[in-house]
Amino acid sequence: MANKVIVETTINGDPVELLCEPRQSLLEVLRDVLELTGSKEGCLTGDCGACTVVIDGRPVCSCLMLGVEAAGKNVSTIEGLATGAALHVLQRKFLEHASLQCGICTPGFLMSAKALLDRNPNPTEAEIRYALAGNLCRCTGYDKIVRAVTDAAATMAGRSSRTAHGGAVPAETASGMVSEMLAKGEDK
Amino acid sequence: MAASTTNGFKVIGTRPIRHDGVDKVTGRAKYGADYAFPGMLHGKVLRSPHAHANIKSIKIDKALALPGVKAIVTADDLPKLPDKMEAAGEQAINLNHLSMNILARGKALYDGHAIAAVAATSSHIADEALRLIEVEYEPLAPVMTVEDGMKPGATILLPTLRNKEDGPDKETNVAAHLQFKRGDVAEGFKQADYVVEREFKTAMVHQGYIEPHNAIGIYNADGHATIYCSTQGSFVVRSLSAAVLGISEGKIKVVPAEIGGGFGGKTTVYLEPLAVLLSQKTGHPVKMTMTRAEVLRATGPTSGSTIRCKMGATKDGKLVAAQCWLAYEAGGFPGSPVGAGAMTILAPYNIPNILVDAYDVVVNRPKTAAYRAPGASNAAMASETVLDELAEKCGIDPLDIRLINGSHEGTPQTVGPPFKRIGLIETIEAIKNGEHYKSRLTGPNRGRGVASGFWFNVGLQSSATINIHTDGTVSLVIGSVDIGGTRAAQAMIAAEVLGVDVNDVRPTIADTDSIGHTDVTGGSRTCFATGWAVYEAAQDCIRQLKERAAKLWEKKPDEVVFENGMLSPAQPGGDLKPMSIKQIAPRLARTGGPIVGRATINARAVGPAFATICVDVEVDPDTGKTQILRATIAQDVGKAIHPAYVEGQMQGGTAQGIGWALNEEYFYDDRGILRNTGLLDYRMPTCLDLPPIETLIVEVPTPGHPLGIRGVGEVSIVPPPAAVANAIYHAVGVRMTELPMSPSRLLKAILKKRAAGETQAAAAD
Repeated sequence: MANKVIVETTINGDPVELLCEPRQSLLEVLRDVLELTGSKEGCLTGDCGACTVVIDGRPVCSCLMLGVEAAGKNVSTIEGLATGAALHVLQRKFLEHASLQCGICTPGFLMSAKALLDRNPNPTEAEIRYALAGNLCRCTGYDKIVRAVTDAAATMAGRSSRTAHGGAVPAETASGMVSEMLAKGEDK
Repeated sequence: MAASTTNGFKVIGTRPIRHDGVDKVTGRAKYGADYAFPGMLHGKVLRSPHAHANIKSIKIDKALALPGVKAIVTADDLPKLPDKMEAAGEQAINLNHLSMNILARGKALYDGHAIAAVAATSSHIADEALRLIEVEYEPLAPVMTVEDGMKPGATILLPTLRNKEDGPDKETNVAAHLQFKRGDVAEGFKQADYVVEREFKTAMVHQGYIEPHNAIGIYNADGHATIYCSTQGSFVVRSLSAAVLGISEGKIKVVPAEIGGGFGGKTTVYLEPLAVLLSQKTGHPVKMTMTRAEVLRATGPTSGSTIRCKMGATKDGKLVAAQCWLAYEAGGFPGSPVGAGAMTILAPYNIPNILVDAYDVVVNRPKTAAYRAPGASNAAMASETVLDELAEKCGIDPLDIRLINGSHEGTPQTVGPPFKRIGLIETIEAIKNGEHYKSRLTGPNRGRGVASGFWFNVGLQSSATINIHTDGTVSLVIGSVDIGGTRAAQAMIAAEVLGVDVNDVRPTIADTDSIGHTDVTGGSRTCFATGWAVYEAAQDCIRQLKERAAKLWEKKPDEVVFENGMLSPAQPGGDLKPMSIKQIAPRLARTGGPIVGRATINARAVGPAFATICVDVEVDPDTGKTQILRATIAQDVGKAIHPAYVEGQMQGGTAQGIGWALNEEYFYDDRGILRNTGLLDYRMPTCLDLPPIETLIVEVPTPGHPLGIRGVGEVSIVPPPAAVANAIYHAVGVRMTELPMSPSRLLKAILKKRAAGETQAAAAD
């Protein structure tokens, strides 16, 4: 066993000091050392994207990076996407569009989509599909995921009448809002 | 998109947010690998590097001596089970084969076959220990194809395997031969104006769920064990683990974690008994998770196959005879879905003369497991492309030939009894009348293909409990694991019957000690059968609510009616005001205590499912690469409870079918070693590979079901490979008979056709 190393990093905005083995991947450190199990392991070879986190603005497969490499970096995980009890627009749109079935790929998709919208707030469908091509989903056929990201981008830019308020909505009222939309016949 | 079919329903047919949604978009939902317990050890499995080998010895001393290693188990630590079909819980299964698949006994039967399992204080130490286990193998010739397995003098995988035909003295790799027959095919073919006969090969493919298998076993000193795992069926994990370990079912509790996809592949056990066994040996909880390579090498893919299909039609397009021969790879142990292939291959059509032979063949590949409509996609690839050729010969539109011959109520099934009300014709008409099929497809190397498909669906057992809380909200407890949004659908059924808001129903998936027996989330049965149980449990609540209202009103229960969520006296008048569930709920204590509605069912009547798909492709004739331009699927779902998740099932099955058609394939080398053990090389569709998948929900209610539900999960994967093959033909003029139709295969076919054309042209000169 190798000697453990102290790593100072920033995770979801908070300074974190952690102890890990040099051979541990960032994914393993997040899940097993910090108990942030929202990032998922699907392959450990960077092919499925279920472990995607955003590091200094770029989406990264956390299984392809060592935990010690996070030193001095700014790491965002799915656990930091919502603001308090308020879901991020992407999270809300994934729910409204039924963009998840089993949900194991969802955290990775959300983080990839977050990185995309942060650098390109107005992506075309082709740009969305290109940006998400590193994330595999086996349940949905991607259609509803692409729709959710498209709708989220429009909402964040204030382009959609039905979601004109933009920004974050408290989680507990998200479903109520959708019920309201249904009543008005606006959904679908 | 669904037509507005909420007719009379308030909740069913709407699209509420799923109840587990917030947990799943925030990373809070706990999947099997997310659980951890104090003192937990980590387990790993040593796997065979040979496709076929006798195991001469296993030495574990060096591995055990590694600091941090707590226990190592081999097949000698499992009880030897009888080599015959026996009941394990609800299913009949050869327990010896099941046990030998979990840990090889004497012989390794495929690359990746489990040999030993280690528990250590960390997964890295467990990995190091695997390298210190010394196994002496005597390699044997691998048998990789059904042809090799069936030929006389073939190397034998299982020395005790026999089949009825060859008798008790003959060693064989053919585990079973099934035959289905109607009429006289020889006479039938005589009536045909056109006959098409083709041979097909389809590659072994994997379900490809993103979450690898996982299990945590916790064995207690009192002889009771708890298993946390991601499974499609907690009760099947309980019964199979108990059987493999030789302990009684009641001593195991299975807690189903959230599940990251299954598609049939998580309806059996691999790690679960090992985690319990290692926990028993060490006294600690033991967690085991597979790597992706382990998932691909050693969990059940679905069969590769060889299929011959011959069909005959009169010139007006009427099918008169069909003969099919199917041989499916079972993997290292018997049990391919060839029977289902045989019973589905001709099911969409009314053909007076049929003969279908089916062979289950063991080969040195992983033991196959269920995969979404198991066996039916292979079969449809054959019959639906042969039918396309017949349509062309007859000069009939490919949808029309399906309408002419399509099965409907009263058409005999392959096994004999006639179909009840089914919706095949409606799916064909939905495609025919849809915008996609009516649109013109133009441009070079582009083509359009259609195909239909059938899947049985199943019923089986389910249980449901509904508790009415004092604030009038309700908790719904079921045993069906939620693999794609079924919590929401179940809650919607309860809300519909009880007349409450869907958000006032909280659905919970219970462990095996907390709910009655519930069969797997599979067979498209969850909304059909568990939904039926939920419907009945809600009715049980209403019966009790009427009794309570009667008590309050000093009336008889049959003098109370329940309509639109309100209890009211049957005879209007007087000063008795109608009460909602919210209003009566606080008064339950005074009228006899809590209300718990319960129901259990064994749903025997099922609703067979049909789908028809239309696919446009463009082929690059220089590379052989096929791009899907457009895809529209019409599927009869009986009744769509939550249309968004119904669409999701249709889209997901279509996407898997397209992957099966174009890319996915197990590559074994000549030693029988799997060479594509990662998701870069086992190439599943990404979102760049697929167009938006359009859906047409068809609703032909299933007779006998209180809500008309048919089940939606599987049939969408059946027609896509054939439809893509037909589209490729119409794009570039080559009939593909092998799956996947990867660029290299398609390019070869295009070049062959081109060469033949040049030869012909030269001959004509």
